[in-house]
This record gives sequence, C-alpha cells and structure tokens, in this order.
Amino acid sequence: MPIARAAKRATVRLGAVALVGALLAACGAGNSSGSDSSDSAGGKVTLTVDLFGSFGFKEAGLYEEYQKLNPGVTIKQSDTQDEADYWKSLQTRLAGGGGLADVQGVEVGRIASVTQQQSDKFQDLKEFGADKLKGEFAEAKWSAATTKDGKILGLGTDVGPEAMCYRTDLFKQAGLPTDREELAKKWATWDGYLELGKEYKKKAPAKSAWLDSVASLYGIMIGQEEERYYDASGELIYEKNPAVKAAWDASVEAAEAGLSAKLDQWSPQWNQAFAAGSFATIPCPAWMLGYVKGQAGEKGQGKWDIAKLPGGAGNWGGSYLSIPRAAKHKKEAYQLIEWLTAPEQQAKVFQKQGNFPSSTGAIEKIADAKDAYFSNAPIGQIFGDAAKESPVQVLGVHDQNVMQQITNALSEVERKGVSSEKAWGTAKKGVANVIG
Amino acid sequence: MSLTATAKAGPRRPAGTGPGPDDGRAAALRRTWRKASPYAYIAPFFTLFLAFGLFPLLYTAFVSLYRVELQTSGEMEWRGLANYTALFSDEFFWTSLRNTFTIGVLSTVPQLAMALGLAHLLNYKLRGRTFIRTAILLPYATSVAAATLVFAQLFGRDFGLINYVIGLVGFDPVDWQTGTVASQIAVSTIVIWRWTGYNALIYLAGMQSIPHELYEAAEMDGASRWRQFIHVTLPGLRPTIIFTVIISTIGATQLFGEPLLFEGSISGGISHQYQTLGLYMYEQGWGFFHLGRAAAIAWVMFVLIVVIVGVNALIVRRRTRKEAGR
Repeated sequence: MPIARAAKRATVRLGAVALVGALLAACGAGNSSGSDSSDSAGGKVTLTVDLFGSFGFKEAGLYEEYQKLNPGVTIKQSDTQDEADYWKSLQTRLAGGGGLADVQGVEVGRIASVTQQQSDKFQDLKEFGADKLKGEFAEAKWSAATTKDGKILGLGTDVGPEAMCYRTDLFKQAGLPTDREELAKKWATWDGYLELGKEYKKKAPAKSAWLDSVASLYGIMIGQEEERYYDASGELIYEKNPAVKAAWDASVEAAEAGLSAKLDQWSPQWNQAFAAGSFATIPCPAWMLGYVKGQAGEKGQGKWDIAKLPGGAGNWGGSYLSIPRAAKHKKEAYQLIEWLTAPEQQAKVFQKQGNFPSSTGAIEKIADAKDAYFSNAPIGQIFGDAAKESPVQVLGVHDQNVMQQITNALSEVERKGVSSEKAWGTAKKGVANVIG
Repeated sequence: MSLTATAKAGPRRPAGTGPGPDDGRAAALRRTWRKASPYAYIAPFFTLFLAFGLFPLLYTAFVSLYRVELQTSGEMEWRGLANYTALFSDEFFWTSLRNTFTIGVLSTVPQLAMALGLAHLLNYKLRGRTFIRTAILLPYATSVAAATLVFAQLFGRDFGLINYVIGLVGFDPVDWQTGTVASQIAVSTIVIWRWTGYNALIYLAGMQSIPHELYEAAEMDGASRWRQFIHVTLPGLRPTIIFTVIISTIGATQLFGEPLLFEGSISGGISHQYQTLGLYMYEQGWGFFHLGRAAAIAWVMFVLIVVIVGVNALIVRRRTRKEAGR
C-alpha cells in the first residue's frame, strides 16, 4: 500500500549484501518459464501472495471468503511493511528468476518500471482474458499497467485520490472556521491555503504548526499534475516542468514562512506528532485516513475532519496485483486477482481499510460512505469526486526516487534554512545520481 | 605429481622396519599422504573462499566496468573505467568519504580510550568481576538494528530523551538528525556503545598476559597506579592496541547498519550529512539499482582498506625496528 511506499523508515533492512546481490542478479538471467499452472493434483492448489504494507485483503476477510468459494485453493500471504524493501527484494528475485510468489503487489510509482523495463518478466494477463475488464476500471489506472504493445501486466487495487485532513480543535483555538465547505472555499487555491496558514500561525496554540512537513505538501501538489518528471516519450523533463517548479516554490514558501512542523514523513517523530497536535493540517490521500486513525488513536476521534484539496483534484499512490512469469500457478493466480479486484471486493476493502477503489463499479457502491472518526466527513463523495477528476498521470521509471531526491532537498530548506537555489542544485545532483 | 618424485622429495625417514618390496611402496604411499594431507584438510576452507570470497571479488571488479541495472540485469553495457571516473567527480562520493573518516574518528578514538580505561579498572580485583566482564559485553551481543532503533528514539528532536535532559539543563533542543556534527555524533554514540565493551575485553586479555612481576617491581619503585598504567601496561599492550586499531579502522570504513537505521534513510539524511561509504554503496546498488556503480564503490572501499591496513603495518614495522635498534 502507498502508506508504506514512501515509508522508507524504521524497519530492519539489513542482510542485503551488495556483492552477493550483484552476483545473483547477473548470474541468473534465464530460467523464467515456470510450469504452466494446473499441476494441481486433485484440484488442490496453494497460491502464494506477496505484498507490502497493508492491502487490506486479509483484514477484510477476503481470503477466507475466496477459499470457501473455491475449496481447492489455499492462499498464503506474506508481507513486507516497507515498500522500498519489498521492491528491492522483488527486483532481486526477478533478476534471479526464483523465489517468486504467484501474485506480487506493485506500487503505482513502480508500475512504469514494470511496463517499460520488465515486461518480459511479468505475465500478460490478456492471455487469461483480462482485456474484457477494461471498462470496469478507472481509465488512468488501467492504462498505467498496459505496455505500449498492449500487454496488460497488472490489475488495479486502490487509488490515492487526494484531500486535506485538518484538526478542528486546533482550528477553533486559532480562530479559524472549521466547516469543511467554508474551508474548501477559503483554500480553493494553494495561495489561499498558505494565507490561511499564516493567519493560523499568528494565533496558533504553542508548539503547533500549520502543516506537518513541506515534503507532504510537495507530494500532494505534484499529485495534481499530469506531467511531472517524465514526458510521455519517457524523457526526463522535471527541470523545465513548470508544474514541478510551482510545487517546489509553494513548498519553499511554506518552509520559509515557518508554516511546517519540520517533520520527516514516516519517521517516529512524525508518528508521535499526530497525537501531540504538532500540526493542524495534513495533505491526505485516501490511504492516509487509516494511518491518521492509527497514529492519532482513539483520543483523536471527532477532532479531525476532511475538506476538498486546494487547487483541484489529484492522485497520490495506489497499487496493482501482478503475476510474474516464473509463477507456479498462473491461471489460478489470475482467477484470484480478478476476484480480489472486482467491485464488491474493492468496496469491502474500502469500508475496512479506507483504501479507495480503482474500480468504477466499487466507487458507485461507496458514494454515500461517511467516516465517524473524521467528524462524519462524506469520504465517499470527497474522494470519489477527486478520483473522477484526477488527471491521467504520465509515469516514469524512476518517479519514486526522483521524488525522494526533490523532497530531501526541500527538507534542507525547511530544516536547515538552505536557500531555494542551493537546494534545487542539490536536488538536480541527486536526480542525476538516481538516473545514473 | 608422480609417486617416485614425491618419494624422492619427501623427507627421508630412517628405514627401520622390514624393507620388503611391497612395504616400500606402502611407505611411499604413506609419505605421499603425509605430504598431501594438510592440503586436503585446508581444502574445504579454500574451496569456500574461492567460491564465496575470491570469485565475488573478481566478479565485482568485472561488473564495475559495465553499466548494469538490476531491473535489466541481462543487458550489460561496457563502460570501461567510466564508473570510477564518475565516482571521483561525484560530490556525494567525497561527502561520504569525508563522513566515513569523521565518523570513524569520532567513534574509534573515544571508543578505544574508554575501552582501555575500562579494561584497566577491570584488571583490578573487584567483587563480581565475572559478572561485570560479561555485562560489558552485552551491548556487543545486542543486534545493531535493535540498538539503533532505541538510540534513534533517544535522539529524537521533539520527544527524545536526550533533548529532554538537555532542556532540563536549560539548553535549546538539538536537531540530532539534521545537523551535520550532531547527527555524526549521534551515529558515533551508537558505535561506541556497541563496541567499547568488546574492545575492553580484548585489552583485558592483553593486560593479563603482562607479567605480574613488572607491576610488583614498579610498585616497589614507588610508581603510582597511573604511572604503572603509562609505563607498564601501555607498552605491554602495544600489539593488542595495534590489533584493535586495525580492526576498528576496518570496521569504521565499512560502517553501515548504524547510519542506515538511524533515520531509515538510505541517503544518510537529507543532505547526506551522515552517509558513509557503505551506505553510499547501498544507495547506489539497492536504492537506485546501479549495480555497476555499486561494484565500483565496493572496489574503491576494498583498495582503501588495503591501503589503510598497509600504512598501519608500515608504521608498526618502523616502530618495532626502531625499538630493536635501540
């Protein structure tokens, strides 16, 4: 899940010794064609599912349901909390051609790497008839997992429509309106959001900032853009992209005006700050709701609310389910992921976990959903609208790492007072390093 | 190798027992086995070393001459020395080299000094000595991951214990993650905490090999404990100290787990302020999947360590020669 996607934090990631990995990677090129499914003696199949973060399938009881529907199937899921670790290990296994599960999760920030660099390592789902599902998914979601020559390499799980979460109690103390409609009007643009932030700062409770970190501000703003780091031809264009510059400038402004709590997203300090009230607003993709609830805890119940995002709709994060070519039970795996990503199941995951569905059928089903934790905010409507209006994003192979370099540099402005020009220079060097 | 040749070359044994024609052959066979068996005994190690030591080393050198990406590891593109030249013109490489050095000094020097002091104290007769000796080894037995995560909490900016204490004394909180010096001190602290006890035990072992009479003689001459330490313990410990310095230097050059887990950042903080060479290699290899470049860094680190150890050995040899000449 995208929660973990940026969460390069805190989990144990020792044990990857570069030399051994390099060896593995370079030695094991071949051996990718596993036996083609149905070696199932007496119809008994054990399907392995390898995911990161929390996709919510287990939580929503979907595996049990599926096993009841298909008595011959047993599902075994393994998890890695941190997407960065998960991706590393998946890459190593793909390069070596062994140890792969029947179903592998792929984050949207990596899907371009799958479609552009590794399409021969994943199963074309069209062979199992996936193309008939095309109309059931949001257009952007579907096209991102399709290669130029029309192979379908993954079925979408959730998407990350964006909104703004805020603390009504802190807003009250600072004398700001707390009604979500009114706020949406006041911060119809990002300038409005920053202005309100400056107002907040004047009367804010002690030790409370307007925003958690400028990295999340940058992240949510860049999520509103169609073109970000790459253009449609796969060329790196972030340097001259005005959208990147706009998001950068707004983040710098917020940093220099002292609006942020200077927290590092996904760090322990960030987690503690949810409950401590260190910030009044946090840019909020749908999957963030579960995270806020987890960190702010029961005491936060009713203190939070959700309003429409300044500057229009956007999308941040979301995932896919894919089948590696080396998987043992491809046909059964396909049946499973088709079922898991069907509207009914996506709606169940949303109700349990807050992950917003990518299936258009499921979006209709949850249109009326409200969230008691967030002052009964109409999350079905807010995120549903955002999902409908989100731009179809151009994805690039290094999206994830490029973004990391830019937000690192922004943190320098935020926490060290480095000048915008100097930090941008660092970001460019960092990106050059990423591209190699 | 032919049997006769070996027999000839083998050490002559006094022909004691009955020299029948068959016996001669058996004896020759025995002699051959005698010569060959040591090689057979050490063969397992060298086979493993070849497979998992030498081969990866050479293969890494080979890979470092290519552009190899993990995602497309089948396609290797010849780059010659370009990975190395790119490295040397890369600002982040020099930053990480400098960080490795400063963190190395910040952690090794206090660590060894404290270990020496601890060992000196433990060398006296204390109650519960065994318990204390075991206790100081405990940090070493703790996993890096667990220790680092705890330290990362202690060094937290807003809610960390250390800043809380600093605040009680009346100072401003320190941003342990962001400040260059602060973050390097924090990382060094973890290293010091983990390795001081380990080194202290090595020193203790070394101290116990110093003849007790020397201390007695010194005491009779009226030397204080401090003077005994300076004039008896330190000279007697010199080989041990050199050993720990070399081991610690190698350890410091390869420092990886502590900085990686300190903030969970593969860049070693937002401005690479505590990124070590090991971490930089990891970032290139497993963050960005540039295996060729990572291999080049691995080789640069290898050469660096060989040079450091070589310089160390040279200095030691010089000193010993000087002393012998005295």
